[in-house]
Amino acid sequence: MPLELVLNVAVGGVLTGLVYGLMALGLSVIFGVMRVVNFAHGEMMTIAMYAAVIAFAQWQLDPFLMLLPVAGGLFLFGYALQAGLINPFIARPEHSQFILLVAVAIIMVNGLLMAFGPNARNVLVPYALDSFEFGPLLVDKVRLYAAVASLGLAAALFVFFRGTRTGKAIRAAADNHTGALVVGLNVQRLYALTFGLGSACVGAAGCLMALLIDVTPTLGPVYTLLGFVIVIVGGLGSMAGALLGGVLIGLSEALAGLFLVPSAKSMVSFALLILVLLIRPHGLLGRST
Amino acid sequence: MLAIRELELDYGGARALDGVSLDVATGEIVAIVGANGAGKTSLIRAIAGMAKASAGRILWHGRDILGWPAHRVCDLGIGQVAEGRQVFPSLSVEENLEMGAVIPRARAAAHANLTRVWAMFPRLAERRRQDAGTLSGGEQQMLAIGRCLMGAPELILFDEPSLGLAPALVRQVFDTIAALNRDGLTVVLVEQNVAQSLVLATRAYVLETGRIVISGTGRELLGDDRVRRAYLGN
Repeated sequence: MPLELVLNVAVGGVLTGLVYGLMALGLSVIFGVMRVVNFAHGEMMTIAMYAAVIAFAQWQLDPFLMLLPVAGGLFLFGYALQAGLINPFIARPEHSQFILLVAVAIIMVNGLLMAFGPNARNVLVPYALDSFEFGPLLVDKVRLYAAVASLGLAAALFVFFRGTRTGKAIRAAADNHTGALVVGLNVQRLYALTFGLGSACVGAAGCLMALLIDVTPTLGPVYTLLGFVIVIVGGLGSMAGALLGGVLIGLSEALAGLFLVPSAKSMVSFALLILVLLIRPHGLLGRST
Repeated sequence: MLAIRELELDYGGARALDGVSLDVATGEIVAIVGANGAGKTSLIRAIAGMAKASAGRILWHGRDILGWPAHRVCDLGIGQVAEGRQVFPSLSVEENLEMGAVIPRARAAAHANLTRVWAMFPRLAERRRQDAGTLSGGEQQMLAIGRCLMGAPELILFDEPSLGLAPALVRQVFDTIAALNRDGLTVVLVEQNVAQSLVLATRAYVLETGRIVISGTGRELLGDDRVRRAYLGN
């Protein structure tokens, strides 16, 4: 097999992987702070993808323009979901939280089916087939833009958590719940903000994914699972880990598609997951606590 | 300043506080002593809004604050140095202090208070960039006190501040509490270290199975036969 082809496919995989990373970052932040596993994560991404598809079909709005509005919409949705529905469940047993979010996910899938029917839809921007040439490398324009946008948003989130008072307060509440109450942090509000931010990540990722793959109402569960694989490979609760996990899974999917068959990509991802769990039980960048 | 009337609280199906009434006047150090499980921590948690009392009243400058959430109670000027210090281990020392000043009442004076905390605990200033989880127990206790001061409290609730510390550090903690009180802070002190807290206290209450059984000045309680037998071992 020519090296150039392998290299091209690998670069494509890494770029897609960064978008996966942004999606998984949302899952990781939500789990890292509240220990809530968002079983509706992939479904939320699907909703964002439909928002991008509709905006493009109706008003020819480029998904890159829709990035912030869709992220904002998902932020509000996530904030309301946590404040209204999940906060009352925080102190309940885990199976009860788990089934709550599974129920939310199923309602979303069925809602999408009712609204849009089962057919696949996509976004075909005018530059969808353009690419950049870097020597022997041929990089898809949309893929490169999507990856850069993902990195930019992840960096913005990182700065928020490190540099702002609210970001630090969220980290404090994640670190020590009792300590947060002791200093008078409004923990429930911080939790709602966190779910909002995690949802905004997956919303932005959905907008970008709409440029890369076709969307169907039933895409959700696959991407919820993919999100789990990524955060576990990267290390639960680690922001850099989510991006690294995304890149690794993106790369492994792309190479599996090339060397084996495209339908074997999940097989390789899960093999990678098992390998990481065996060698580093807390994930590549996870802390062993 | 603080008046508690007939406070009742159930914890895990058992009655943790069974009609507790007590008063704290401005400038006092009020000690609450008692054995493990007597309800001392429940009392602190109820005042701080971290546990829901089922009956009674908690009056702060005459206003009933029973049932207020913790973040609003804190913003009234009721600070807390909780049992087990409760610092944020993966935040730096400076970030921990910053978190003490998130409540609205503390924001304007945050910078001045930070300077004051650095001056009071030079050890913390040396370690400002270090994660709080890497500090020793004594340093974490200093951090917990400093973080509480960042919230500009009028009253501080201390829950077992000497627990798990070496004798020299215990002394330092008690000295710090005395110094804060001299500077005008009112203190409620819950301690197993009965002798030392009675020496320090203006007044004290003995809590047994959720009830106040003895009260008086610190000196009176030090001389009380029941207190001596049960808590001072002579």
